[in-house]
Amino acid sequence: MSNQSEAPVASLATDHAADGDVLLKVENLVKYFPVASTSLFSRRRDFVHAVEGVSLEVRRGQTLGLVGETGCGKSTLARCIMRLYDITSGKITFDGHDITKLSRGRMRPLRRDMQMIFQDPYGSLNPRRRVGSIIGDPFAIQGIADGADRKKKVQEVMELVGLNPEHYNRFPAEFSGGQRQRIGVARALAVRPKLIICDEPVSALDVSIQAQIINLLADLQQEFGLTYIFIAHDLSVVRHVSDRVAVMYLGQISESAPTRELWHHPRHPYTDALLSAVPVPNPEAADQRERIILVGDVPSPVAPPSGCRFHPRCPKAAPTCVDTEPELIARLGDGPEHLTKCHFPVEDGEDISLAKPTIGAENRVVETGILAGGDVVLPEALTAEADTKEEA
Amino acid sequence: MALLEVNDLRVSFRTPDGIVQAVRGLSFDVDTGKTLGIVGESGSGKSVSTQTIMGLVRGARVSGTALFEGQDLLTMGSRDLQRVRGAEVGMIFQDPLSSLHPYYKVGWQIGEMIRQHDKSVSKSEARKRAVDLLRLVGIPQPDRRVDDYPHQFSGGMRQRAMIAMAMALNPKLLIADEPTTALDVTVQAQVLQVMKTLQEEFGTAIIMITHDLGVIADIADEVIVMYAGAVMERAGRRAIFYENHHPYTEGLLQSLPGYGDDRERLLPIPGSPPSLINLPSGCPFHPRCPYVMDRCKTDVPELAPVGGDVTHLSACWLPHDMDARNARRKDVIGHAEPAPAEALAGAEAAGGEA
Repeated sequence: MSNQSEAPVASLATDHAADGDVLLKVENLVKYFPVASTSLFSRRRDFVHAVEGVSLEVRRGQTLGLVGETGCGKSTLARCIMRLYDITSGKITFDGHDITKLSRGRMRPLRRDMQMIFQDPYGSLNPRRRVGSIIGDPFAIQGIADGADRKKKVQEVMELVGLNPEHYNRFPAEFSGGQRQRIGVARALAVRPKLIICDEPVSALDVSIQAQIINLLADLQQEFGLTYIFIAHDLSVVRHVSDRVAVMYLGQISESAPTRELWHHPRHPYTDALLSAVPVPNPEAADQRERIILVGDVPSPVAPPSGCRFHPRCPKAAPTCVDTEPELIARLGDGPEHLTKCHFPVEDGEDISLAKPTIGAENRVVETGILAGGDVVLPEALTAEADTKEEA
Repeated sequence: MALLEVNDLRVSFRTPDGIVQAVRGLSFDVDTGKTLGIVGESGSGKSVSTQTIMGLVRGARVSGTALFEGQDLLTMGSRDLQRVRGAEVGMIFQDPLSSLHPYYKVGWQIGEMIRQHDKSVSKSEARKRAVDLLRLVGIPQPDRRVDDYPHQFSGGMRQRAMIAMAMALNPKLLIADEPTTALDVTVQAQVLQVMKTLQEEFGTAIIMITHDLGVIADIADEVIVMYAGAVMERAGRRAIFYENHHPYTEGLLQSLPGYGDDRERLLPIPGSPPSLINLPSGCPFHPRCPYVMDRCKTDVPELAPVGGDVTHLSACWLPHDMDARNARRKDVIGHAEPAPAEALAGAEAAGGEA
């Protein structure tokens, strides 16, 4: 699996809208990172298969939500799209231009149209520079406005995101977390981009502040017809902001669908488990629902599992899943917008917490302890008092 | 008598900028086998209060009492407190990587915890118990993983190792400070499941500190909502979600995506939390409160029963009769109930029944 040319070919997302409607198109994107060889004398290079054959489209004025757990490759994918990383193979088309192989210099004018907002409002702002100059950076880089004109533009954009324009000369440390994230939004918005990639923009914020930023992003989208790729691990946030959602697992898209469709008819067992694991702020629902508790952790992307990458943890895994990689296609009579990468998609009303994998233990993560549902006993002698120890 | 009774706990720190009043008069109790949820945003004092109770905060001015089985933890000598910590009260923190020592093997750290409290346990015996504990919390191949270092564990495994360590001496109380915040949702579900099962089996009382109201809805029996170092509302789990009284509780819920489902806009709480050095006069929430009245700006409201129910307390000048309160809700935010019926239906759909 370490050979780059052997990347499996995932089916392309069906192209329905006219091409003019699609702002960003990613085809079969692969990104490997080399890792240090474990043996000094081995000539074999290992690779982290961070993104493996991802295809997606983002339409103008829409929001594509990208969800998945730590290490599933969602941030790497975003950085590849921004061309912050060189990609291993695949094709990225942005606004009609093939940007896959553009040099840094040729990329620069296009960067005006694609901007990014980062997770950490503390780490992504230089503490020694004034806010006005941070937000003015895109103007400087793009050579758009300078002097008094730039200051005016920066203050306009500060006002737009709900910052006081008089705070132009302050340092980031003088702002709260929520305000800092507004600075990040202002910087991304300054040059009026077409696409903004939001990489966990609200994860570091308290809920009441988080709602302010989400509303701000929604208002700006309406006003300027912005297109977002919204990456988050908080599924309720993604559900709120996205028109369509793609679920990633170990570098691949396991399911993609319009938001409502995905929540009401999850087809991939991973999506189903992920959605059922989200804590809902509603005691009634929390008591009633059957949680699907997955066993184990996400496997290493250096040596991803064969066949379907989810099979070691999947409650529905069958021998086919170990041998053959499923295609990302419409299943169970779903529309062409709803694609699932699974041999045995979840039917409406099916309870996969009752399912039992039909593959051997050597191919899956085996449950132990409490999660196996067996007897729960504290290890011998732990329950005993310290002074009864002598008798033992 | 409750297992832990905290009365009028006050914690403040002297800093170059002034005195930070981190906790201002916190009272609560926890019973055996029950879970108390403490919810609040950053700086609300939720972590400082439990850390103070366990003697983990230095350089603070502390007053009040914290009676654990009748003994005051705040005045207890450090030797006695050390015995209570670990043996009687287990603790789990948010970041499992920084709470495990990177230099020692996981199994050794769990064993050391046991040996610290019971010197008669031999090293090999302690190791054997560590293996059993790791198996209990669902670590695969525990007899092999016991000799791993923390960095060889994934985030979820580390947190489960922390639970194993906290449960090693079968404590009566488990204090979990944001135990699942750093974890992915599927792993969070595993960890919460482990905690629930342990509680059912051993009757452990749990204090669950979190900012995540979803976790509270899942696990808590009783809930305390903290803001600016003080309790705003205290009630049973259902009352907090369905019959909340305090505007801050309401604001927290309203700002959640997925509560009041499929709305176009969220309803955030305007502004940001106050500085704990320079608190607003009167009710600390008044500058952000949509219901603010003149009285709120001058007089500090005390916790008082809502609708005559002594298990439901709210520190707010709004009428404590629930009908009158709901009438105000209708005037100010447009609907009379804390959570509209359709919102609940939506949240259930979000539960992901396929």
